[in-house]
Amino acid sequence: MKFHHKIRTEVSLLTIVAASAGTLESSDCLVTVVPAEVDGIRYEGANRAIFLNRTEKIAREIMERYPIENASIRIQDQGALEVTLRARIETAVERALEGARQ
Amino acid sequence: MKTRINAIGREVPLDVRGVGEFVPYESPFGRIDTFASRSVTHARLRVAERGQNKVTDSLEGAIRKSGLEDGMTISFHHHLRNGDAVIPMVLEKLKEMGFRNLTFAPSSIPDSHDCVADYIECGLIGRLYTSGVRGKLGRLISSGRAGIPVVIRSHGGRARAIEEGTISIDVAFLAAPTCDSLGNISGSTGPSACGSLGYAITDATYAAHVIAITDNLVDPPIKGRVSIPQYRVDQIVRVASLGDPQKIATGAARITRNPSDLKIAENAFRLMKASGIIAPGFSFQMGAGGASLAVSVYLEEYMKKKGIVGSFGLGGISGHMSRMQREGLFKAIFDVQSFDAAVTESMSENPGHVEIDSSWYANPFNSGCLVHNLDCVILAALDVDINFNVNVLVGNDGALRGASGGHCDTAAGARLSIVALPSFRGGVCSIKDSVRNVTTPGETVDAIVTERGILINPLRKDLLESAEFTKLPVIDIHDLKRRIEKMTGRQDPRDSVNGDIVAVVEYRDGSLIDCVRQVEDL
Repeated sequence: MKFHHKIRTEVSLLTIVAASAGTLESSDCLVTVVPAEVDGIRYEGANRAIFLNRTEKIAREIMERYPIENASIRIQDQGALEVTLRARIETAVERALEGARQ
Repeated sequence: MKTRINAIGREVPLDVRGVGEFVPYESPFGRIDTFASRSVTHARLRVAERGQNKVTDSLEGAIRKSGLEDGMTISFHHHLRNGDAVIPMVLEKLKEMGFRNLTFAPSSIPDSHDCVADYIECGLIGRLYTSGVRGKLGRLISSGRAGIPVVIRSHGGRARAIEEGTISIDVAFLAAPTCDSLGNISGSTGPSACGSLGYAITDATYAAHVIAITDNLVDPPIKGRVSIPQYRVDQIVRVASLGDPQKIATGAARITRNPSDLKIAENAFRLMKASGIIAPGFSFQMGAGGASLAVSVYLEEYMKKKGIVGSFGLGGISGHMSRMQREGLFKAIFDVQSFDAAVTESMSENPGHVEIDSSWYANPFNSGCLVHNLDCVILAALDVDINFNVNVLVGNDGALRGASGGHCDTAAGARLSIVALPSFRGGVCSIKDSVRNVTTPGETVDAIVTERGILINPLRKDLLESAEFTKLPVIDIHDLKRRIEKMTGRQDPRDSVNGDIVAVVEYRDGSLIDCVRQVEDL
């Protein structure tokens, strides 16, 4: 964590563009990342009642690895397993950064 | 509200306002075995004018004549499944006539009847006794907005409650697929045929007044099987239609092709075989769910190969069960509720297909119900917990979305009760630390079968030995839970603060096994 923190302070923060990953098929999730004035995580779906804290934690962990700020992330969960969730979030963030670089 | 912790650690009320007193659950057979006979409510004597004409075209007239008043109890059956138009038709008429605060006591509520929620909100229904609650109605009750007492009973428990008078039906409105002008009713013929009228038979026997509602009025004598005889029917209302025949007589359920469900079925069948229970004279009940139905494929093949003839098939009867009986694999089927159209035909033509009432099926307080003669039952579940408790009523979000049905009745009665379910569903592990609501206590569940292994209740050491001896994929319930949670993650801990009680769940003996609590933001 310390290491990532260092990156955050020394590297200038990157801007992002809107991007998404995943689908709305059952057992998948659709993750959308958009630039926003304040950071935010929105978790939607039938599993919100039991997985809200878990999912926010996973999303925060992933976001902390990237030198970005002011991104809003929306997760529409259709019953995805944790690996799927992580993969979709990471991919969406990577795409958001990639789009900004171009 | 005074509450008590029952024998499985659930806090339940000792009385429910507007309903009465309750005792906490103790054990599966404790209250039954120590029962001292007491007088029961007898069917009320009534007289009818000799030779009177029972038939009318006016539902409103029939309701007036029945003597129904505000606060009384009305009952219905759910044999027409999602095709039923009788419950909405009668409730709408009662609302129109200005009735208030009725006790609505159907055998269950079909999934499609969201309208019941509206009749609660407008004040027509002031109490609800049912087996199942789903959809909009489930959310209305679980959110606490319904504001009426709700009691959930099993099929056997409802029969008991009616016979002992806890549910005292003032007027039963019974959809009658065929009815002759004397009042003899059959469920297995007519454009709205549904097969067995098992739950309605109990209502017709004990209700103070019975109104048959039919779209197929025939001249007497009625042909074939009489489900309910004329001497229990006070009035007959002729209507254009009982509902949507397409949804009443759903086609036979197809055997699942989902590999996970097939694996569950195979594991369940192998456990049955290992237990030695599949022998001549074997009796069996299965549900209509994917994995449960698929068990019959393995079972059928095995019984044919070994030349085993079973005694009876029981329960909600599917087309597959009735086919196995026709092929001679079971001598008879006892049918309290037919699941599909294939069964309806069998019921009208096949003498080995016996229509039984709900007391015969599952009431523990009579001189012998059939679930107590069951060798094996395959049951479904929403989720289970490490103590083998089963929840079939409440979803992950806390909303009511299921039916008690015959679950706890058959689990307690059968020598081998198997709960078959996928190890995870919709990204959520099916094995919980503690299920949100207990319908069936773990001490009556012998095994839980998943696609990833067989979990055997530690109380059944004999079964564990048989399963291990035949090298079945037995796994400890805690181990499987950990394995699944590596994939799904662990769910957030629930708030320790309990919401208000919005419904109580009776065990079959009338004690309270659990209650359903309010969840906000539904």
